[in-house]
Amino acid sequence: MSEEPKRRLVVGPFNRVEGDLEVRLEISGTSVSAAYVNSPLFRGFERILEGRDPMDALVVAPRICGICSVSQSHAAALALGGAMGVEVPRNGLLATNLMTATENVADHLTHFHLFFMPDFARPAYEGRPWFDRAAARFKAAQGSAVRAATAARAELFHVLGILGGKWPHTLTLQPGGVTRAVDARDRVRLLATIRSFRRFLEDSLFGAPLDRVLALAAAEDLERWRVSGPAGDFRLFLEIAADLDLAHLGRAHGRFLSHGAYAGPDGGHLYRRGVFADGREVLFDPDQVTEHHRFSRMAGQDRPHPPFAGSTVPDGLDETGYSWCKAPRLAGLPYETGAIARQLVDGHPLIRALVAQDGGSVRSRVVARLLELARTTDAMEAWLRAIDPAAPWCVAAEMPDTAQAVGLTEAARGALGHWLRVERGRIAGYQIIAPTTWNFSPRDLDGVPGPLEQALVGAPVQEGERTPLSVQHIVRSFDPCMVCTVH
Amino acid sequence: MRERPFSVLWLQSGGCGGCTMSLLCAESPDLMTLLETAGIRLLWHPSLSEETGAEAVGLFERILAGEEPLDVLCVEGSLLRGPNGTGRFHVLAGTGRPTIDWVRDLAAAAGTVVAVGTCAAYGGITAGGENIADACGLQYEGTRRGGALDGAFRARGGLPVVNVAGCPTHPNWVTETLMLLAENALAAEDLDVYQRPRFYADHLVHHGCPRNEYYEYKASAEKPSDLGCLMEHMGCLGTQAHADCNTRLWNGEGSCTRGGYACINCTAPDFEEPGHAFQQTPKFAGIPIGLPTDMPKAWFVALASLAKAATPERVRRNAAADRIVVAPTVRPTRKG
Repeated sequence: MSEEPKRRLVVGPFNRVEGDLEVRLEISGTSVSAAYVNSPLFRGFERILEGRDPMDALVVAPRICGICSVSQSHAAALALGGAMGVEVPRNGLLATNLMTATENVADHLTHFHLFFMPDFARPAYEGRPWFDRAAARFKAAQGSAVRAATAARAELFHVLGILGGKWPHTLTLQPGGVTRAVDARDRVRLLATIRSFRRFLEDSLFGAPLDRVLALAAAEDLERWRVSGPAGDFRLFLEIAADLDLAHLGRAHGRFLSHGAYAGPDGGHLYRRGVFADGREVLFDPDQVTEHHRFSRMAGQDRPHPPFAGSTVPDGLDETGYSWCKAPRLAGLPYETGAIARQLVDGHPLIRALVAQDGGSVRSRVVARLLELARTTDAMEAWLRAIDPAAPWCVAAEMPDTAQAVGLTEAARGALGHWLRVERGRIAGYQIIAPTTWNFSPRDLDGVPGPLEQALVGAPVQEGERTPLSVQHIVRSFDPCMVCTVH
Repeated sequence: MRERPFSVLWLQSGGCGGCTMSLLCAESPDLMTLLETAGIRLLWHPSLSEETGAEAVGLFERILAGEEPLDVLCVEGSLLRGPNGTGRFHVLAGTGRPTIDWVRDLAAAAGTVVAVGTCAAYGGITAGGENIADACGLQYEGTRRGGALDGAFRARGGLPVVNVAGCPTHPNWVTETLMLLAENALAAEDLDVYQRPRFYADHLVHHGCPRNEYYEYKASAEKPSDLGCLMEHMGCLGTQAHADCNTRLWNGEGSCTRGGYACINCTAPDFEEPGHAFQQTPKFAGIPIGLPTDMPKAWFVALASLAKAATPERVRRNAAADRIVVAPTVRPTRKG
């Protein structure tokens, strides 16, 4: 018996992802047999941060990424705050939640309308029963839903105009709270913006009140929505997903990580912190996180690196590494992160049911993201109502000469951590592990592929395809942010 | 009327993508409406276009072969020369070729080259610290002319690189630059000394800052969330920074100083290395080292001490609070 002939395909530049991405595919017969994910841009933010005044991280870190900017800001503020031992006052927490939520919600919206759905409006799908609707709504840069979502997004960002001064790259988030107090007038103005955004979701995306989305609890509920639910882009996606069997495309390792999102003023998180694997939820221990450089073009390829002792020394001559991205591992294993991980860990019944059925897939990642869009928008109104304009927003604090702390938050696309070490009053070490570092990591010390590399195995490739559509759907289902990945 | 749409190709290199993210915040009209009604066509944009992989590379090759006319090349992000001058810190995916080489070739084919953001203009944050990536701007390295392109570079249309600097750029700095170019209404004299469009760079961030009354009396913020002027202690460079942020406003009603924090002069070359902590004002003998633009030092010192002495109680107390604790006195209006 002879082996099927293998061919190779290099795919890039991979657009409608944030930043630059190249995927090398090995194809046997009509499907992908192995994938190698390359993050082709190295800038060296960890090195840019070293030696600076620790507070400068608030200026530098957000500039890692123009789409996760507030999340980067938040992780930096948390790491600095941890090093200072400062407690953010209640209003500061609520304003921080509103700011990170605005960015995350906007990113989910952008991903669905501008990055992910336009692939279904490609000529290759002409003739499918849903094609005309997909083309009218989602043709790249032209579709009616693309335009409407862009406008809704711009208006939603008025929340960050008020709270953050601008977006991206705000300095409002500080270790001790926020620099911008919200008065009674600001509060109702912000409510108007968020309610208007909610109206957009209800009219355009879901075609139904958010409460109906929030009530989705079982796979059968979703199936009913697909068959006889309200007209809207959510239902259109479910129809496409069923036709193209997206529930069985793009399964990774089945292990999920969430740092926990939106700290409650009375403790805990709106979406709790933890790890979900093999059908169970367990606690997350950040001390178990290491980075492997085995297939990164980085010094230190022979051993795992705990982030507090991590290093970023690029090796331009290295031939064994195939990416500038390091390979983060939790207790030695790769983990997927993102909205699907947050909702799984948080115990959302629908997402638990979908993953129990089919594992993480193109469909369940997108459903989790849209469900979270509804949940978070709903929570934003509650945080605004909880604000007490008479209470403080920020407390001042001093940075000790020596300290170390980790800041853990969630960007739209998943778990983000900053590991900060301060010595003699300067930044001595600053290691960043971003969501797409987890999701798009190269192989590790044991040769185990990263989540995307695994998810691409088995993807069907049609005759003559140079940029296979199935590969595009899988890659974009993760909502990758490549500029964060390597930083 | 133009015979064909005004064509724009957008490439990204050593940056964060934030200028694109900001551009999508354009309002009244939204980005797509603005471009279409101005007759501007995006040939390809990494975040917005349908074409990926081979389809995109095919377009770049058609442009270089002269088969597809290119009016404007927009570059976002700094250009990376490292390691060791190879440019391999950013190889354009799918091509095996450093992005800096693609940019040099495409710049030669473009009617005008626009640097979108401070990274593409001068190197920006990516050139910070030891600049391990050997990042530079298109036509500048910090304040020095000459970057990825020669200091003497002129595009086919005759302009040097147009530096729409800002970290990020305001959406309408970009859209207005493109509209002016499409109308052939942006000339060399419309650019300032660092080749920034003067329509926004001839203003100072200080203009329209709502903290102006605090500035006048040197009633200063001392900690984050204070309402007072951010210049004396909090590192604010608004009196020196060239941009119209406080008259144009961001994302509706915003600006950095309205958000409660310092202007860090992000439209300027070398802003990433101010020589001090960003959020602290360096001083000599109690006087801020960076004086307001065009103000003689002796006058600043004299006026500041006089103003401090004259500070009304209301202004003094509000400056150190996170909300207005003393309202301005309401005086009876006098008629006739």
